[in-house]
Formats: sequence, C-alpha cells, structure tokens
Amino acid sequence: MDILAFDFFKRALAGGVLIGVTAPLLGLFLVLRRLAMIGDTLAHVAIAGVALGFLLGVYPIGMGLVFALIASFAIEKLRRTYKTYAELSIAIIMSGGVAVASMLFTIGVGFNVSITSYLFGSIYTLGNDDLIVISIVTVLVLAAVIIYYKELFLITFDEDAAAVNGLPVRYFNIMISVMTALVISASIKLVGALLVSALLTIPAACSLIIARSFKQSIVIVVLIAELAIIGGLMMAGIWNLAPGATIVLLLIAVLILLMLLKRGLRI
Amino acid sequence: MDTQSAAVKELSNGLSCHQDIISIRDVSFAYEQKQVITDLNFSVKERDFVGLIGSNGAGKTTLLKMIVGLLKPERGSISLFNQPSASFKQWERIGYVPQKNAFNPLFPTTVREVVMSGLYGRKHLLRRLSKADKLKAEDAMHAMRIEDLAGKRIGQLSGGQQQRAFLARAMINNPSLLILDEPTVGIDAETQENFFHMIKHMHKHHNITFLMVSHDMEMIRSYLGEEPLEENGKLKFYVKHTHELDNCKESDLAHSLRDLRNSIDDLQPVSG
Repeated sequence: MDILAFDFFKRALAGGVLIGVTAPLLGLFLVLRRLAMIGDTLAHVAIAGVALGFLLGVYPIGMGLVFALIASFAIEKLRRTYKTYAELSIAIIMSGGVAVASMLFTIGVGFNVSITSYLFGSIYTLGNDDLIVISIVTVLVLAAVIIYYKELFLITFDEDAAAVNGLPVRYFNIMISVMTALVISASIKLVGALLVSALLTIPAACSLIIARSFKQSIVIVVLIAELAIIGGLMMAGIWNLAPGATIVLLLIAVLILLMLLKRGLRI
Repeated sequence: MDTQSAAVKELSNGLSCHQDIISIRDVSFAYEQKQVITDLNFSVKERDFVGLIGSNGAGKTTLLKMIVGLLKPERGSISLFNQPSASFKQWERIGYVPQKNAFNPLFPTTVREVVMSGLYGRKHLLRRLSKADKLKAEDAMHAMRIEDLAGKRIGQLSGGQQQRAFLARAMINNPSLLILDEPTVGIDAETQENFFHMIKHMHKHHNITFLMVSHDMEMIRSYLGEEPLEENGKLKFYVKHTHELDNCKESDLAHSLRDLRNSIDDLQPVSG
C-alpha cells in the first residue's frame, strides 16, 4: 500500500472517484434511452479535439470538450433527419471523428507519445488542472441529476408522456447531450477514449440484471463503478498494470459474476 | 348521419353545460408528400366518449400527436379547454395512456415509480414530491387494483396489469380529459373486456372526457353505436354524448381520485 503515499496516485484516485459517480449515472440514462453507443462516438470525436489542442498548444481536454459538444448537437440533428434509423447518425459522426483525429495525428507527428495516453488513458499523469475540470463537471452533473431527477426519469422512461405532461423535452435532451460531452471529455484521461464507454455502459448493464426500481439502479451503477475504479487503480498500482484496462476488465468481471449469480439463484 | 340530425345534436349540446374540451378546426397534415388529414373539423365536448377508428396510415396517431402538442398541424388550429394548443399550459388536466409496447420491459422501474411519474410535469418542476402526492399514487393504484403490485418491476406484470398501471399514471392528476392510444393491443380478450368495463364505469360515474383510439370495433360499436358521427378520409369518429346519460346533472358524478377509488371498489369484474 506504499503506493498511496505518492501524490500522483492520490490525484488519480481522487479523479477516479469523482468520475465514478458521474459517468455511470449519466450512462444509466443513455443506456435506458438506447443511446449506449453515443459515449463511444463522442469519445472518438473528442480525441480529434485533443489532437487539435496539442497542435495549437491549447488545453487538450478543453478542445476535446468543444469537439464533443459540437458532435453531440450534430448527432441530435442527424437523429431527426433519419428518425427511425437514428443509429446511422452515430456511425457517421464516429467515423468522422476518427478521420479528423488521424488526419491531425499525421500533421503533428511529434506528439505521438502524448496522444496514446488519451487513447488508452494515463490516469497517473492527471494534473491539478485536470482535477479541477473533473470536479467542476462532477458538481454540474450531480446538481442536474439531483434537481431534475423526476423529469429525467420520465423522459427516459416515456418521452411522449413527458411531452404530454408539458415538460420541455427538447431542453432536457440538449441538457443530456451537453452533460455527456462534459463527462466524456473529463474521463478521457482516466480510462482513455477507447475505453470510456465501458464506464458509461457496463454499470448500467449490471443494474439491469439486479435492480428492481429506478432508485436502486442509480445506487447500483455508482457502487459498481466505484468498486471497479478504486479496485482497479489499486490492483494496477500494486501489480504495475495498465490502470484504464484494469478498471474496464474489473467492470466486465463484475457483470459476468452478476449474470452467473442471477442464474444460480434462479435454479 | 344526415346534416339535419347532426345540427339538432349540435344545438342540444350547445345550450347545455357541455363545453368544448377539444376543438379541431380545418386541420390538415401531410408527411413529406403524403396527405394524411385534410380539413378536419371535430369537437369533443365535456364528458363525451369519442372512439377514433381508422386503418393503418389513416392518421389516428398523427391526430393524437397533434392534439397533445407532439406535432403541429400544417394548417388549421386545435384548442384544448378553449385555449389554443400552442399556448396551452394546463397539461395536468390531460391524462395519457400510451400503447402497451411504448416501453422496454427490462426497464428497471417499479409500478409505483411509473404511477408517480404522472405527476412529473411543468407544475412540479423544481418541486419535491409531497406526502399528498404519494397518497395520490396510492389512491390511483388502489383504484386500478394494482396496489399489491406497487413494488414490482413493471416488466414483470401481465399486459392487462401494465395497462392498468399506465391508466393509474394517467389518473393520478385527476384529469378532465383522458386520451388512450390503442390501450388493449396485445392483451387477451378477457382482460380487454375487463379493461373496457372499467373504462365505461369511469365514463358513467366520473367527470372525465374520453378520447380513445382503438382497433376494437366490437367494443366501440357496442358502447358508442353502429354509425360514426363524423368521417374524414379513413378516420371515423364514434361518439357517445353524455346528455344520453345524465342531462348534465353532475351532482352524482365522482370528481376526485378518492371518489373514483371508492366507486371502482364497488365495481364487479365482468367475469368471476
């Protein structure tokens, strides 16, 4: 446990614990609205922003956030254009993001080393500025979910009923898109763009197996994410593993365990 | 129906206590190139029971969506409770029951959470639920006879029970207008019959106006008569006016959720 003595590890743990609240919370709403892939898409676009940030010498996460925001609005627009084939918009934006990112990679060959840390995560390089960004995002998302818990539930469960009840559904959809872009950009350094959607979706997948109520599922997603993040960081620190990958593999292990347990209890 | 008897009907209504709940004036709607509704005029009066029938693509869902503000008419206007629907704000006066397959059965939520969500509207933005709100949910669930299922996951319920849960959600605000979108699709015949039995009881004894889209011609005809009152393209409107029932005597009508709960307590199921 000597690893806890290091400042970089403390920062990693703090950042992880904060993201462990927001990412699965937002992911639950996204998964239940059948938008599970949106996290992955925005992460790929954010990488393009990160690359541009390096190229221009601007704070990369900030640039990633701007890109993710633009992408989330583009997805909403395309979703309306294609209506019943909404997943098309996700495919289009995702490939667009990867294309822009690889274009920018080749322009700035010099920053290759740094960019891999955004693809696969480099939680140990989390700086104080990153921690501040993550804290602000956490406060914003938590506040929104607490204040609008009822409304977010209804919009997620039955969007038409929400509209008939007089809720401004479009305003809430935009709010969810913006929050997703915020959380993705903030968690990229933690697990990396390629793995970020695991933090959004796997806790929700676990809660679908065991939660009986919506309130329960909210508690369950956060608990499982925290377990995987804290456990994963410790394991990675002690055995010198890749932290992002360890966290994701732990999440998948929990999911498999829950599926087996549920089966076992049914017999 | 010939125009003269329609005019007589209109007159007898116009002088009564029955105000317009929904009025549709010269409404047209088209998707891309396909004209769905053309110059529709129709009024739903207080305490009417309107059954809306039409084949697929006739514009039933389109019309419902326009009435509740999810779609805008291309031409013409719709009023709710004598206010233009575009500026209508009292959505808690309208209860809405969607088609059964409107949600994913794996969705992790209890019957109680679903019923409560009927309260989550503009009026409750930024407000916490009170004890009175929770009582309303209990009353609504009790009235629909699902109080024993309150803690169950909604996906575990049978089709008929799910529909009663959605009906409870729609009733929680004690609405004046109840809109049902094919409420019994995918539900077995006996359950359907019980569901309509309950709906008819609510219409007779409660101060509610009904607008129901349905495929069930048998139920529509048996309760609303053989002939539609109004036709527009493939849309047919079957109507039961309440002056056939009570001549606007409202004294013995139930007005609160608690009244409804008590009156349904006395209701015998169709079978058994």
